[in-house]
Amino acid sequence: MRYPYYPGCSVGGTAKAYEESLLAVLERFDLGLDELDDWNCCGASAAPSIDEDRAIALSARNLALAEERAEDSAPVDLLTPCAGCYRALLAAQRSLAEQPAVARRIDGALQAVGLRYERRVHVRHVLDVLANEVGTEAISAAVTRPLDGLKVACYYGCLLVRPNATFDDERNPTSMDRLMEAVGAEPLDWPLKTRCCGGSCYGADPFSGTTPQGALSLSYALLREASRRGADAVVTACPLCQFNLEAFQGEMTRTFGTPIDLTVGYVTQFVGLALGLPERRLGIHRMLRWRLPEREPVAAEGGVHARA
Amino acid sequence: MRRNGSRGKVKSQTEFEARLDPGFAAEIAAEVPDGDRLLGCLQCGTCSGACPLSMYMDLTPRRVIELTRAGARDEVLGSSTIWVCASCYACTVQCPKQIPITELMHAFRRRAFEAGAYPRRFTNPVMTRELVAMAEERGRSTESWIAMKAYLRTDPLQLLKHAVVGLRLMLRGRMSFKRESIRDRRQLAELLRALEAAPAAPGPAPSEPTAREPVPAREGAR
Repeated sequence: MRYPYYPGCSVGGTAKAYEESLLAVLERFDLGLDELDDWNCCGASAAPSIDEDRAIALSARNLALAEERAEDSAPVDLLTPCAGCYRALLAAQRSLAEQPAVARRIDGALQAVGLRYERRVHVRHVLDVLANEVGTEAISAAVTRPLDGLKVACYYGCLLVRPNATFDDERNPTSMDRLMEAVGAEPLDWPLKTRCCGGSCYGADPFSGTTPQGALSLSYALLREASRRGADAVVTACPLCQFNLEAFQGEMTRTFGTPIDLTVGYVTQFVGLALGLPERRLGIHRMLRWRLPEREPVAAEGGVHARA
Repeated sequence: MRRNGSRGKVKSQTEFEARLDPGFAAEIAAEVPDGDRLLGCLQCGTCSGACPLSMYMDLTPRRVIELTRAGARDEVLGSSTIWVCASCYACTVQCPKQIPITELMHAFRRRAFEAGAYPRRFTNPVMTRELVAMAEERGRSTESWIAMKAYLRTDPLQLLKHAVVGLRLMLRGRMSFKRESIRDRRQLAELLRALEAAPAAPGPAPSEPTAREPVPAREGAR
């Protein structure tokens, strides 16, 4: 099966490894991605601050493109790896469903350029698809190199489950924790799962003069707490969160005086490692820091379960 | 104020009240789905407590809501709060009155942009504009360009500070200065243009004045 796929702009830049590892993991389960032809930027959290209708129109074009190649009247699962894009697409859908006047304007504008959105798209985040479509059981069964109790802090960030939680609890989501357990890691109990990393604050700008160290202190609080609880790594499912938590650790150490040095990766990379996929295919070489405790050598036979 | 004694106090109070715009709350509320819930705010402060950035704001979210109800348009639109907000929706999901606070923040930003009342050296409003302009014009946003443009406009020194991170990202193939674009930019431009031409009024009366019309900004605040 192949999912229509909306990558979002970050995946072409800082989050390249996210897409690489996603492709590698899905391939293991005979799943593929069909990138929407000529998709456009969703406008992130910025667009509604300029003009709401235009923000909805940006996502509506993508929703229409997702339906274009699907069979008539069949529902379409549109996959996106980015929490920001995910929120934008959901927000557009919600406005179109709940505000008839907005829907009329947007539908009219789509029609004017020969597009049509029939409300057949079901927007799915990568985490949702891994946990609920591929499923933790299938993933667990495919593990060849379990993560051996690697202590991970599962970080969901803000926009994955807020404001329109669709596949997990908005205060205490668990799908990533279950996924990490399925591949043999040990998800830590920590209270900052959905606390904002500051990434959307000013586009991952911890040096901003807006609020001295505002964004930096948010990511610092997350990483310090993860370290304090003994995390070997922080697992993310959003390009902005990952970048924001990984790229400014040196600055955090200088600013706050507590050394911060934590591996921050994408959920797909950790799943991929447990599936025995080569690091290169998971984009590990693109990470700014990557240090995990040594694992057992590769199991002689495939299909070893993560847990007995 | 105290130096002037109670007379000065009364004077400044009167001046403040004269500046209030009693229609401000209704105007903002009408712009956001379920926005009128702000009128039922309990002032419990849950939003300010939930907000991870409230300590960096000049007005907490709770105070912004109350000042909105009071009609203090200038105070609200001129606050750092609406730009410090990271749109993380922590307040929105916690609010016991289900006030769509984050969406209200977006509405305040739109008003502040319209009124030209945003702080020029804040990175956030500048970056917001750059990102949206790029998304609408080219159909794609290129991270490196947004950051560069925003810093050049606000604080070019930031570029130097970011150079090391940028270089490390480039070495790993995670950052490029190639400006991305969609093929059919014309379609996107036409879509956005068609939106402006589309009837904006809810209901069957298309001639009704609409929420999209620019609201008389400062004069109304008198």
